[in-house]
Amino acid sequence: MSAIALGSRSFGIARPSALPGFGITFGFTIAYLSLIVLIPLSVLVWRASGLGLSGIWHVATTPRVLAALKTSFYISFAAAAVNAVFGLITAWVLTRYRFPGRTALDALVDLPFALPTAVAGIALAALYAPNGWIGSWFALADIKVAYTPLGIFIALTFIGLPFVVRTVQPVLADLDREIEEASATLGASRMQTLLRVVLPALVPAVMTGFALAFGRAVGEYGSVIFIAGNMPFLSEIAPLLIIVQLEEFNYAGATAIATIMLAISFLSLLTINLIQAWSRRRFGHG
Amino acid sequence: MRIGSRSVHLRDLSALALAFGLVLATTVYGRAQTPPPVTLVNVSYDPTRELYRAINEAFAREWLATHRQRVTVRVSHGGSGRQARSVIDGLEADVVTLALAGDIDAIARESKRLPDNWQSRLPNNASPYTSTIVFLVRKGNPKGIRDWNDLIRPGISVITPNPKTSGGARWNYLAAWAYERDRTGGDEAAARRFVEALFKNVPVLDTGARGSTTTFVQRGLGDVLLAWENEAYLALAEFGTDKFDIVNPSLSILAEPPVSLVDHVVDRRGTRAVAQAYLEFLYTPAAQAIIAKHFYRPVAPQHAAPADIARFPQIRLVTIDNAFGGWAKAHADHFADGASFDQIYRPSGAPSR
Repeated sequence: MSAIALGSRSFGIARPSALPGFGITFGFTIAYLSLIVLIPLSVLVWRASGLGLSGIWHVATTPRVLAALKTSFYISFAAAAVNAVFGLITAWVLTRYRFPGRTALDALVDLPFALPTAVAGIALAALYAPNGWIGSWFALADIKVAYTPLGIFIALTFIGLPFVVRTVQPVLADLDREIEEASATLGASRMQTLLRVVLPALVPAVMTGFALAFGRAVGEYGSVIFIAGNMPFLSEIAPLLIIVQLEEFNYAGATAIATIMLAISFLSLLTINLIQAWSRRRFGHG
Repeated sequence: MRIGSRSVHLRDLSALALAFGLVLATTVYGRAQTPPPVTLVNVSYDPTRELYRAINEAFAREWLATHRQRVTVRVSHGGSGRQARSVIDGLEADVVTLALAGDIDAIARESKRLPDNWQSRLPNNASPYTSTIVFLVRKGNPKGIRDWNDLIRPGISVITPNPKTSGGARWNYLAAWAYERDRTGGDEAAARRFVEALFKNVPVLDTGARGSTTTFVQRGLGDVLLAWENEAYLALAEFGTDKFDIVNPSLSILAEPPVSLVDHVVDRRGTRAVAQAYLEFLYTPAAQAIIAKHFYRPVAPQHAAPADIARFPQIRLVTIDNAFGGWAKAHADHFADGASFDQIYRPSGAPSR
């Protein structure tokens, strides 16, 4: 068995595993991922490549596209950041305390996953419109929520919440209480325990949740267009510009914007993954 | 097979039974010979929901009476441009009934499923009904909006969908343009400034006509909604005449929503005859009456109920062909990438494309 001799650094394909069927499952995985993810994405890039790199660059640097990309990515980032904080608190409450209605609350978190996004958009627009339940209170303070970038922010926060909660929850549940108790017996204050013992262990999970929420928000269309106002250079998101290009039967232009978004998303997720890997090495757990 | 004058024997009885059986068999066979039920797919745009529900029912009844064949028409609704794209991408539509000729032109150009001359195959530019753009204002017209020039006053908030994504919004935009050009005796630059000022008063650009109606009617945003005439009447019927008034501007645009067969599909599915009959049915007196009832302007108003016709005010209407040189040119001048609509929203100082 020379494969074993190669040691843990080898790919280990030849190494017999306790579980059978690597060949067939690996083949299935590759075929499945290709059909569902790789081939559609390569068609996207291939269609955009009709424009050439300079063509794509030209589309990307159009002021209107730039403005829309900024709107999409900045607001998605802000929404994911807010979700990271409040998702963490929600996960904390759901795992650490027992109270009546906890299961119902727990189920509620998943609602933004299941709800058709257009329904979410219409509901949010109705609530935050100047004559809506919440919007009318903001209107008293002369703050417009619906039909402004603030509206986009609320929609993106709404659809991103479950990602952070659901990635942090299991890690929190697994976290050893004894470590906290040890920290307390060694004389740490509650704040010190929280900041130096608990939170570092949660950082990788929070980062994952943040990345998922961010990725989802960048591509979100349905819930946003109802509440965004869609004004060019102000509250226009990049996915809407893709739709606009499609309305003009400009498939190349649409796929060019899509490819740019894909590239930026990929780079952001890659960065987040690198930070995550680093924090996992640094703090362990995850 | 004579059942005769002779006394009835067993043999005769059996002959009778045989005859009866034969007749029964022929009847059953004959019924099987009536054509099998057929389904048509009509790909239409958003505000025609109620109209085609009524039209389809009437057509099915007539076709059953004249051809002894059951026909079911399924209608798909959505933004006109999006619907055109679905057909280009392979949605099997027997007929398309869209908001503007430009969208059917696009299907002809991009998919080659119908000939370029489709618009000359049916009367009246292939439009069995027309419509126009009017204003919907809040009850009592508190802001005193009478005509297009009131829309550019400071402090007036105008609701219209985005011309880039909505067929109806393109009519809105062109109607405003035609008004100012007419008022200034043909000054294109003035018309552009006018439309620019108008869009400065637009706080939200929804992606479709129904979305804008919702924004105006349910969210309470804006002082005036630029709407299809039928959509405006529908809003009155739906939400009550105590909430809104319709204001008819002095000049508007003649919107001609056209219809066409999709030749490639009807030939492949063998539905050409019934699809053709369906489109021709739209021009019949029965259909014209239904059309007027649903707030579209019939091309043969003599067939509609006089009360329905009386609801349509006389507005001076310009046509897309005369005022803008047809859809292809209007699109290139106003709605294409970097054309006049995009220029309206260029930030000051930013370089043009």
